[in-house]
Amino acid sequence: MGTTEVESVIVIKDLVKGFGDKIILDGFNLTVKKGSNVVVLGKSGSGKSVLIKCIIGLLQPDSGSINVFKENIPGMNEDELDKARSKIGFLFQSNALYDSMTIRENLEFPLLRHWVDIKKEEVNRLVKEALENVDLLHTLDMMPSELSGGMLKRVALARTMILRPEVILYDEPTTGLDPVTAREIEKLILKLQKKNHTSSIIISHDMNCVKNTADLVVLLLEGKCYIEGTYEELEQSSDQNIKQFFE
Amino acid sequence: MVIPIFIPMALIVSFKKFLDETGNIARFTGRFFSVGMKPRYENRELLNQCYNIGYLSFPLVALTAFIMGLVLTMQLRPSLVDYGVESQLPVMVGLAIVREIGPVITALIFAGKIGSSIGAELGSMKVTEQIDAMTVSGIKPYKYLVATRVMATTLMLPLLTILGDGISLFGSYLGVNIRSVTSIDLFFLQVFKSLEFSDVLPSIIKTLFFGFAVGIVGCYKGFNSSKGTQGVGISANSAVVLSSVLIFIIDLLAVQITELLGLN
Repeated sequence: MGTTEVESVIVIKDLVKGFGDKIILDGFNLTVKKGSNVVVLGKSGSGKSVLIKCIIGLLQPDSGSINVFKENIPGMNEDELDKARSKIGFLFQSNALYDSMTIRENLEFPLLRHWVDIKKEEVNRLVKEALENVDLLHTLDMMPSELSGGMLKRVALARTMILRPEVILYDEPTTGLDPVTAREIEKLILKLQKKNHTSSIIISHDMNCVKNTADLVVLLLEGKCYIEGTYEELEQSSDQNIKQFFE
Repeated sequence: MVIPIFIPMALIVSFKKFLDETGNIARFTGRFFSVGMKPRYENRELLNQCYNIGYLSFPLVALTAFIMGLVLTMQLRPSLVDYGVESQLPVMVGLAIVREIGPVITALIFAGKIGSSIGAELGSMKVTEQIDAMTVSGIKPYKYLVATRVMATTLMLPLLTILGDGISLFGSYLGVNIRSVTSIDLFFLQVFKSLEFSDVLPSIIKTLFFGFAVGIVGCYKGFNSSKGTQGVGISANSAVVLSSVLIFIIDLLAVQITELLGLN
């Protein structure tokens, strides 16, 4: 008695998505509780990125439901999707910074389009605050091409956070980074999550990242949720399909 | 007796692909009117694109127009001399440049420069997920990227054509003066005397369609670029090829329409 049920922010049921004859997600289920970090683990090509692209509405699933804050994403029209996306942040594997814009413009761009009546001073304050959070205030007027891979990832993280999303989807946040920078990004993810009280789904096959960031690990295998548990639980498993990730 | 008709499978597949592509381009164009024309307008980006597409293309258009006017005059002169109508050189060159050569050559230069640059720019944004990044930020990429570029190409090409025609006529004036002496006043008087409203207006109107075609095709190819650097290259290349072909098709239709309307 007395236990309080933690609210679910994302509930995915029987998600099916295929491309042509190839079924990528085949009845996938997942629940993300408020404030938790769920890491989706899986081999390359197992459908991890497809999963989060379905959650944000970039891909339309063949069947199944994806409820984000109790609203079904696949059933939404474009305007409803835009509204729902304001609560969801997405960090791309490639960072996807606009390379024709300065760092300042990259951060201002979503702000000015989401909050139409926002004042210039407020925009400046939010941009500087976002860059301060990732220790890159000095890059304000630089172009993305002038920054290193780790710095680009941090700027992309700042851009993701600037609209204050309640849920963040990370697509392989540490892939392609050296181990030191990868650990910095992990720490930053955890720091910003604590500060903004966000929930996240992190796609990764970097086991250090999984260990350091996951409250719950989900193994995606053959389009289904093969197993879910904490990092420690999965690490102790004798199942070969799970063990191969920890070896 | 029934004669079996053998149609190769590859031909059927190619025809199906052609129909698919045509349908997709038509849908993409339809979105320009349904999504791109609705408020809120991206005025700042439109001005930025007008500068990039119009102002920055002017030197290239001016240079090619000048050479075209000069060369056309030098090529035409011997034939007119043979027929003893050398004095009609300004009239002939003026009509040819304003009615046909000016708009078409300017549009082809424009397609080469702007069509490929739009195709490559949007293609590279597509493969680096920048377009997806806009979508997930709640920004409508079609409105921001496509509508502004298509409006800019549609508005800028007629202006470039008018300027190009003027420069081309100046090149022609210099061409006339290589072998004979004509004052600039007399040359332009002869040109404008021979031109009628029905010569100028249809040729300017058709450049609106040329510009629209270059913009839509460049954006469509870029937006549908396949992954990788090769995909971006193919997008840029096919944007130029398709928009050049469309320019000739639109030109052909424009001639038919002006003839039907009795403007020829």
